Amino acid sequence: MLFQDIVFWLLSVIAIGAALGVVLIKDLFRAALLLVLVFVAVAGFFVLLSAEFLAVVQVLIYAGAISILLIFAIMLTRNVERGNLANRLQIPAVVFSVMLLAVMITVALQTDWSRFSPGEEEVANVVQTSAVKTLTAEKDAPKLALPDITATQHESLKSAGLADLLVNDFVLPFEAVSLLLLAAVIGSLVLVRPR
Amino acid sequence: MSLESVLIVAAVLFAIGLYGSLARRNVLVVLMSIELMFNAVNVTLVGLARYVAPAAIQEDLGSLLTGQIFAIFIITVAAAEIALGLGIVFAMYRNSDTVDLAEAIELKN
Repeated sequence: MLFQDIVFWLLSVIAIGAALGVVLIKDLFRAALLLVLVFVAVAGFFVLLSAEFLAVVQVLIYAGAISILLIFAIMLTRNVERGNLANRLQIPAVVFSVMLLAVMITVALQTDWSRFSPGEEEVANVVQTSAVKTLTAEKDAPKLALPDITATQHESLKSAGLADLLVNDFVLPFEAVSLLLLAAVIGSLVLVRPR
Repeated sequence: MSLESVLIVAAVLFAIGLYGSLARRNVLVVLMSIELMFNAVNVTLVGLARYVAPAAIQEDLGSLLTGQIFAIFIITVAAAEIALGLGIVFAMYRNSDTVDLAEAIELKN
């Protein structure tokens, strides 16, 4: 537990410091590299929060694809030398961000979150760490010999994986997001087509 | 590492991204700040999925993964957003030879 705490606070310092660098540093190229650092730190958060699949996706899509696209854009637009200037709204922006941050921290501290009971937390840990493969009752019987698990819960384990949920409960958002990606690809092709 | 500390770190990341998207003149920095905000929201969702018991936990253990599913959708939308956003940036750079939002005033008046 202590080791996890140390890693968490280390990652927090890295992520927040690098994020400040992204918005404050003058050199755009360095800002993009610091953004990659933020993405990797967030992937570390996902590992700590037992979302390993999301950590891999984060590294592949954010640290891999999106940052490369951004660096390409910085190279191609070629006014890197003017750097990262602030506009006239700087002070209102700082005030507004700090006020929103205060509100968010107050809400996080004062809300009465409905936390897991210790038994539920154990079940949640098993389900979340094995989210990429479907748990089957026979194979994972020793893992799931947990005292608090009911028969209904045990039955629902068969469809408690990320892939199962994507094609069962969340199939409509899944199709909508596929359509959105298709539209985005066609839209960006139309936008950058030479005339 | 508790739920509150995860939420507070995510809130700080979100506030930094918000400041960057409001106060910076370079459109690429604004896009990067938007990505920062997306990441902060993802951390919040995954943290809540890790620490907060869903209401349906007694019937359906799949509800333990709802936060992670939402994060996957957000990552997909962010990928689409950055592709389109950079397309718009290139179109703007080609038309008006600038990526400075203070000089992009074609819509003014």
